[in-house]
Amino acid sequence: MSGTLDLRLRIWRQDGPGAPGAFQDVEARGIPADASFLEMLDIVNERLLDEGIEPVTFAHDCREGICGTCGVMINGRAHGPERATATCQLHMRSFADGDEIVVEPFRAASFPVVKDLMVDRQAFDRIIEAGGYISAPTGSAPDANETPVPKEAADFAMDAAACIGCGACVAACPNSAAQLFTAAKLGHLNVLPQGQPERWRRTEALVETMEEFFGSCTNHGECREACPKEISLDFIALLNRDYLKAKVKNRRLAARA
Amino acid sequence: MNAAALDASVPEGPLADKWDNHKFSLDLVNPNNKRRFEVIVVGTGLAGASAAASLAELGYRVKAFTFHDSARRAHSIAAQGGINAAKNYRNDGDSVFRLFYDTIKGGDYRSREANVYRLAQVSANIIDQCAAQGVPFAREYGGLLANRSFGGAQVSRTFYARGQTGQQLLLGAYQALAAQVAAGKVALHTRSDVLDVVVKDGEACGIVVRDLLTGEVRAHRGHAVVLATGGYSNVYYLSTNAMNCNVTAAWRAYRRGAAFANPCYTQIHPTCIPAGDEFQSKLTLMSESLRNDGRIWVPRRMDDARSPETIGDADRYYYLEEKYPSFGNLVPRDVASRNAKTVVDSGMGVGPLRNGVYLDFADVVARDGEQAVREKYGNLFDMYQRITGEDPYRAPMRIYPAVHYTMGGLWVDYNLMTTIPGLFAVGECNFSDHGANRLGASALMQGLADGYFVLPYTIGGYLAPRLGRPPPPADDPVFSEAVAAVADRTRRWLAVGGTRSVDHYHRELGRIVWDHCGMARSRAGLEKALSEIPALREEFRADAKVLGTADGVNQALEKANRVDDFMELAELMAQDALHREESCGGHFRTEHQTPEGEALRDDDNFAYAAAYFWPGPDRPGRLEREPLEFESVTPTRRSYK
Repeated sequence: MSGTLDLRLRIWRQDGPGAPGAFQDVEARGIPADASFLEMLDIVNERLLDEGIEPVTFAHDCREGICGTCGVMINGRAHGPERATATCQLHMRSFADGDEIVVEPFRAASFPVVKDLMVDRQAFDRIIEAGGYISAPTGSAPDANETPVPKEAADFAMDAAACIGCGACVAACPNSAAQLFTAAKLGHLNVLPQGQPERWRRTEALVETMEEFFGSCTNHGECREACPKEISLDFIALLNRDYLKAKVKNRRLAARA
Repeated sequence: MNAAALDASVPEGPLADKWDNHKFSLDLVNPNNKRRFEVIVVGTGLAGASAAASLAELGYRVKAFTFHDSARRAHSIAAQGGINAAKNYRNDGDSVFRLFYDTIKGGDYRSREANVYRLAQVSANIIDQCAAQGVPFAREYGGLLANRSFGGAQVSRTFYARGQTGQQLLLGAYQALAAQVAAGKVALHTRSDVLDVVVKDGEACGIVVRDLLTGEVRAHRGHAVVLATGGYSNVYYLSTNAMNCNVTAAWRAYRRGAAFANPCYTQIHPTCIPAGDEFQSKLTLMSESLRNDGRIWVPRRMDDARSPETIGDADRYYYLEEKYPSFGNLVPRDVASRNAKTVVDSGMGVGPLRNGVYLDFADVVARDGEQAVREKYGNLFDMYQRITGEDPYRAPMRIYPAVHYTMGGLWVDYNLMTTIPGLFAVGECNFSDHGANRLGASALMQGLADGYFVLPYTIGGYLAPRLGRPPPPADDPVFSEAVAAVADRTRRWLAVGGTRSVDHYHRELGRIVWDHCGMARSRAGLEKALSEIPALREEFRADAKVLGTADGVNQALEKANRVDDFMELAELMAQDALHREESCGGHFRTEHQTPEGEALRDDDNFAYAAAYFWPGPDRPGRLEREPLEFESVTPTRRSYK
């Protein structure tokens, strides 16, 4: 497919975290339908520069949907209209000539705007640092085949581990909850044999760190709709189940000590 | 500098014993003394994250730096296909020596035997380490690890996690790093652009960092500095690298005295989605693992306008299968790429711009069913469809080679130390293991080998004798001078007041380098590049248009420094390509080929690593040679027929 589109963009501009923001209207004419959404922004930025206007800041890197750096709200939807598609993989053929497109940063109290469309998602790193790992100091590992992992468990773990940490789930959630992100990490590590020793400690730590930063889950499922990797809501069910169990088990373990 | 500057410090003894002997002979740092040493690690990809985590586990104080907003976003995450290891789980005759041999041969006999052998030795430990971290490798039904085969090898030794192996390995390393950050052993600095290396009395003692949020420029001190900053494929503008990948930290190290080796060894990956138009910002790779099951062809008749599925076998030219019956579609990357170029250049290309070849899955879909293919390659097929709007289960993919990896990089010795004592380079940013061509699934192996299993030992050998010798104090002028120079250089771009964007000049540079120092190189082309690049650089410096401020987020400003360094690197690449009067691996000089069009090496004159030293501005790099001696293998002409 080829051809071009004339678009009317409303782009959020904001100088910094504390600064007031506002929409800037930009006419984007002659945008190739085969361009990606970010390439469309590149073209817009070249034109803004020509006019002496500072280009729009947006986060991006790999442009193949795996690094999780990019992500904006497009007409109110995290990563835009296509299912299972990160912003960098969204192509302009998904839009029609004459469309108005509203482009905003991901909005959440724990994702402060850095500048324009770029936000700060460090809260996700805090969740992982709380215990989103299996402690295996370098050099201490046994032969990989000494611990068989049932194929179903490996596949299930991989489904969860596919999360790219983009934050669309939080941006899409009416409560700005991070259940899907957190559940994806727990789903990845908690089903593997290697993940069992720290399972209950990990679960409690991740959930409680998550709650320091993010809102509560009320099962809307918007996160799943926005997720570019289609992480399943089933992982949230697992998170809830493991968290209840962890509360009991960890208390018993503490009592024994 | 004299020849001793290139002492590779390869240990004595038989090849198989060198690493063990060396580990035993290295000085050790007492566990309680390790915390007295501060190590700076730049970059948090596979090599950087694994090194930072492992060093912190040992007890060193580590400061890690990345320009990303999170350590998890480094470009290692985009590696798709897999990671090699000499486990011989398939009972098909693999061994450490075979992996070593395949890697040396695949690199066209332009790498250092001892380093490559060590890489093969530690490869098995990597798989153990990653499995223990919870990397969800593909499994057989019995729960044991699965393997796939990859180009350049006749054994099945590649471990994988669907088409997201790099992502899963990086998350493993990132999580190991996160554990050390939480434990207070690693101070992690995100959104921190490393723009210079500080050297005093010939030893690396720190770095200069620009905070990408505030624009503040400051120095960090350390007893040693480890660069894990990846490759320089983005010198071509269009490549499969992420948009922000750059050569700056490595290049600044070069300007401070670190030798840069084999810059002309760049890898063109054979299976990428062909370029579209001017607006295209990057190229997307389709994993080489697809060549396991896909068959590559073009129509025999140049004017064959039929849709591919209606073209019968007799009218299809399966050029790799015909020319290389024993390896077929699994020939190494350089061979596959060059052959694609040959058919496209001869007018046989397919697609609207006639700039691709078919990669066809009809046979495997018919043989194993769509579901089986979906399980193996589902995410790759989805990605292809998303980008092109075409369904590869129904019609063949169109692919074409694209720049993907750079074998060249900072020269390092056996200890992974550059020619600046105390400055180490790991992963893609060093030159060490892949020679003139890297085999598939070997980049992840090398990055993790360096970070988990080599550097943590060798850095101790450097640090041990330096106990009680702190780096220069924070108020030493060596730091303030370096900081001032970086701040000046950065601000200067805002004062240029030019007319064209930084991207414009990057695109122009990419065009020159791709045309003359890409898949095929010639004396005339390289000489042209050497005259065009300096002119472009002058124009860029006088005409770049950067708006905004240096005191906050400014993406164009960040890029200006990077493109400026790419301009200088491009010149060195062309210089190196011109001097290397032979063809080897990814470096193909049209003057040096066999009658069948294969690469023609010249072992008598070019069996060395070319290491360049910074001669000062606007002068050609000063060449020193590290001879490559082969004691365990005999260089032969690579044949994959």
